[in-house]
Amino acid sequence: MADKPRIKLPKEAAKGEVIQIKTLVSHVMESGQRKDAQGKTIPRKIINKFACEFNGKPVFACALEPAISANPYIQFDAKIDEAGTFKFSWTDDDGTVITAEEKIALKA
Amino acid sequence: MPVRYLGLAAVLAASVSVVTCASAQEAERKGIAAPPGHVFKTIISGYEFRSKETRALQDDDLENPGFLAVERAADAWKKAEGSAGKSCMSCHGEAETSMKGVGAAMPKWDDKLKKPVNLEQRINICRTENMKAEPWKFKSQELTDMTTFVRYQSHGMKVSVKTDGPMSPWFERGKQIYYTRYGQLDLACESCHERNNGKFMRADFLSQGQTNGFPTYRLRDQRLVPLHERFEGCMFDVRAEPFKPLSDEFIALELYVAWRGIGLPVETPSVRN
Repeated sequence: MADKPRIKLPKEAAKGEVIQIKTLVSHVMESGQRKDAQGKTIPRKIINKFACEFNGKPVFACALEPAISANPYIQFDAKIDEAGTFKFSWTDDDGTVITAEEKIALKA
Repeated sequence: MPVRYLGLAAVLAASVSVVTCASAQEAERKGIAAPPGHVFKTIISGYEFRSKETRALQDDDLENPGFLAVERAADAWKKAEGSAGKSCMSCHGEAETSMKGVGAAMPKWDDKLKKPVNLEQRINICRTENMKAEPWKFKSQELTDMTTFVRYQSHGMKVSVKTDGPMSPWFERGKQIYYTRYGQLDLACESCHERNNGKFMRADFLSQGQTNGFPTYRLRDQRLVPLHERFEGCMFDVRAEPFKPLSDEFIALELYVAWRGIGLPVETPSVRN
């Protein structure tokens, strides 16, 4: 499950431009409400939190609930005022955090 | 009484609007001209039978969850396994060049086994004979990922299978299975996908049952589904005892159905509901 998340955003943007950020992460998102063949409950395992920071400042964050399908896809917009780095993090129920970084430059 | 008539009129109006809606969908459904001798005039990918949202999900390489598998298998391609210490790459080199077109022409005749093999079987033959590794189980993530990855190298190429020579008895067998009614519901592949495609069966919008997008990411399963699992599912749905995945029956059927989609572009990894 430790696949690299897929992230798409432009390499550069003009000052003040609003860009679109798309993310897709590989995860089973087991709801905790299903039963296996033996009738035992399959333990819940979901990504419960997603967060995005830009140069250390929070841009977007959300809490994910068991109804979210596998391989959650999250898309949001951000206004770019300076060049910098986006940091993404997906927090799993078991405490592991999947992280990724993506740089963006200002158009000259 | 007038109230009841009113109610009936409303039902009629509603059903009429459903009909116009369905035929409007039909008009914009794109297909290609079928080769002479084909049962259809136009052959249409399952893509055209799905909703706008599902199609958008398939079209965007990032949003399409099937590409997670492509990326996973791209890593597995380079990983040496088994006692021979080989990876797929040791023999085949870069998949982008060596695997181009391979997935579009499966199932293919295997001289050694004296029967046609599909992509899953071909991958496992490589694993056991050349890599001296354990074969992957059918439906395992590894095998489906690799099948998707190899087939993705033929993305956009036309489906083309050989059905002549030693393949012809297999083709006939597949055709026979396609037209045989199975199960308590007494339905053949043909009942839904040939005679009634473009119509609703309860909430299920029937496609032509083309295989050009397999393995396909099914939103219902939230994972990639290989073709033989879908065959199995269809047989289960008509309350029949399904043939086993990778059995001779399903290989024959795979060959025949692939022939029915000759010329359609390979869409793997596609997204279906």
